[in-house]
Amino acid sequence: MTAFILRRLAIAIPTILALIVFSFLLMEAAPGSPFASERGVPPAVLANLEAKYGLDRSLLERMGIYVWNVMTQFDFGPSFKFKDRTVNDLIAQGFPVTLTYGFWSFLVAITVGGTLGLLAAVYHNSWLDTLAVGISVGAQVLPNFVMAPILVLIFTLWLGWLPGGGWRGGQAAYVILPVIALSTSYMASIARITRSSMLEVLGAGFIRTARAKGLPMRRIVLRHALKPALLPIISYLGPAFVGMITGSVLIDVFFSTGGIGQFFVNSALARDYSVIMGITILIGTLTVLFNLLVDVLYAWIDPKIRY
Amino acid sequence: MSLLRIDDLHVSFRTNDGTVNAVNGVSLDLAAGETLAIVGESGSGKSQTAFALMGLLARNGTANGSVRFDGREILGLRPRALNAIRAEQIAMIFQDPMTSLNPYLRISEQMTEVLRQHLGLSRKAALARAIEMLDAVQIPGAAQRIRMYPHEFSGGMRQRIMIAMALLCRPRLLIADEPTTALDVTVQAQIIQLLEELQREFDMSMILITHDLGIVAGSCARTVVLYGGRVMEEGPTEALFHAPSHPYTAGLLAAVPRLDIVQDALRTIPGDPPDMSHAPPGCPFAPRCAFAMDACARMPPLVPRKAGEGSWLRACHADPEAVR
Repeated sequence: MTAFILRRLAIAIPTILALIVFSFLLMEAAPGSPFASERGVPPAVLANLEAKYGLDRSLLERMGIYVWNVMTQFDFGPSFKFKDRTVNDLIAQGFPVTLTYGFWSFLVAITVGGTLGLLAAVYHNSWLDTLAVGISVGAQVLPNFVMAPILVLIFTLWLGWLPGGGWRGGQAAYVILPVIALSTSYMASIARITRSSMLEVLGAGFIRTARAKGLPMRRIVLRHALKPALLPIISYLGPAFVGMITGSVLIDVFFSTGGIGQFFVNSALARDYSVIMGITILIGTLTVLFNLLVDVLYAWIDPKIRY
Repeated sequence: MSLLRIDDLHVSFRTNDGTVNAVNGVSLDLAAGETLAIVGESGSGKSQTAFALMGLLARNGTANGSVRFDGREILGLRPRALNAIRAEQIAMIFQDPMTSLNPYLRISEQMTEVLRQHLGLSRKAALARAIEMLDAVQIPGAAQRIRMYPHEFSGGMRQRIMIAMALLCRPRLLIADEPTTALDVTVQAQIIQLLEELQREFDMSMILITHDLGIVAGSCARTVVLYGGRVMEEGPTEALFHAPSHPYTAGLLAAVPRLDIVQDALRTIPGDPPDMSHAPPGCPFAPRCAFAMDACARMPPLVPRKAGEGSWLRACHADPEAVR
């Protein structure tokens, strides 16, 4: 198992390296400049700026320095727009916020979605099934940018229970609405996947064997059916967790939570190359890591998969 | 006294295309220690009969009628009461050992959970018993191999494991649903031989469900022939095979390919099995039967072949002598 993980990590390094080079070249190819403005900048000032940020060097040289700094010191360089702030500062400020509500959304989506899907499958075609499917369809058709205003309308404007925005260092009251808004559609997908995969497993021959062995239903579901039913859910969860972090842009904008999603959009609009690249690499690395985690979980659950 | 008595069993399934009547009034009787074969082609209702009495029907299936085990009605029992009978009194093995063992759990867990559930054994005692049982079904190196997963065994070995698992609580009745269909021919014979030996050794009754008449001939004293969810003929295996008195039995026997005679083509029964969602009211075999007559529009009763011959029953209007 350890050898398997080490081997996969070894493959992850060139993948991330390729990601860095590719996003660097993509930024290079994009038109516009962080220093371009409507008034125009005097050539002497522009030359000074470019020298300060190292833009006067050749492409290969710049890429080499960038890749070296990222790979050896995790240094993503200075921001082009925020004076005196590095990309690392911005990520250190925004990422904990994103991670906090992303983590809670993930937890809510799994527990609520998983439970709904499980109950729907075990009590297939009962009122419970209908209710669970109803809830998950309802949650699925409400994307977070629709969900967020509805939540604020109900809980902030009508009931006055929860604040409609802000973060305040992650106090519970400020976390609840972003978490609900972000998790609902993921919750719905997880419920749907759990239900269908559980239904499929419950129809398998080995479940009939387990029933013929006189085992109680609880054991059949939890011990015999859950493991194989988890496989499709796990492969969804890896990308979903990363999606919750990247898809948080709207949450940041709507609730002014100040996560990296906000920096990502703002930097893209302002051509703040280093910030875009920093966040892209961060999310890319997370994707690689979570895919690795999915593979490890797969191998752990299914004995037929060899390391 | 009979160990198992099935009376007028009906099994039907609700589907999107209407109700499918898989079993239409099957009655059977099985004495303690007896071996009974249920034969018939696919869709004849033989497996569903077994599933119904074990309470294993698919969710959309319902069973009506009566199934008495040891004098007690077991059809429609609550899950808890049924679980006390399953594995303890009646055990079952299935057609495909590749899919009937859980691929995600070790053999040790799949076997010991039965003993822990039904006999309340400790983990250690259960493991020892499970290994003993694997030895009994001739799995070499059972003490080590019990830690393995199902995919690490061959098909024949997996069916041996299924058999060992079924016999853990020493059930009084073993139902083997096409136990050799998914196996190689050479392995088939070994499994059947093993079942015969264990049946004698454990002194249990056995129902062998199969479409393979070859394996029935040697191992079961009595045979029931099903078609369209009804009993066509029932009698002592050897006599029945030598002198079938029902056109369907005769057709089945004729369709068995023989190695000792040069045959140009396989003999078949003309026509197709009935569509059980629109089954004819009379004899289900009538549309394919060479002896069909007007009377076949009504299902003939299951009666002794000859007056006073209670051990050989048949449900056919045709003259038994003419059928042979």
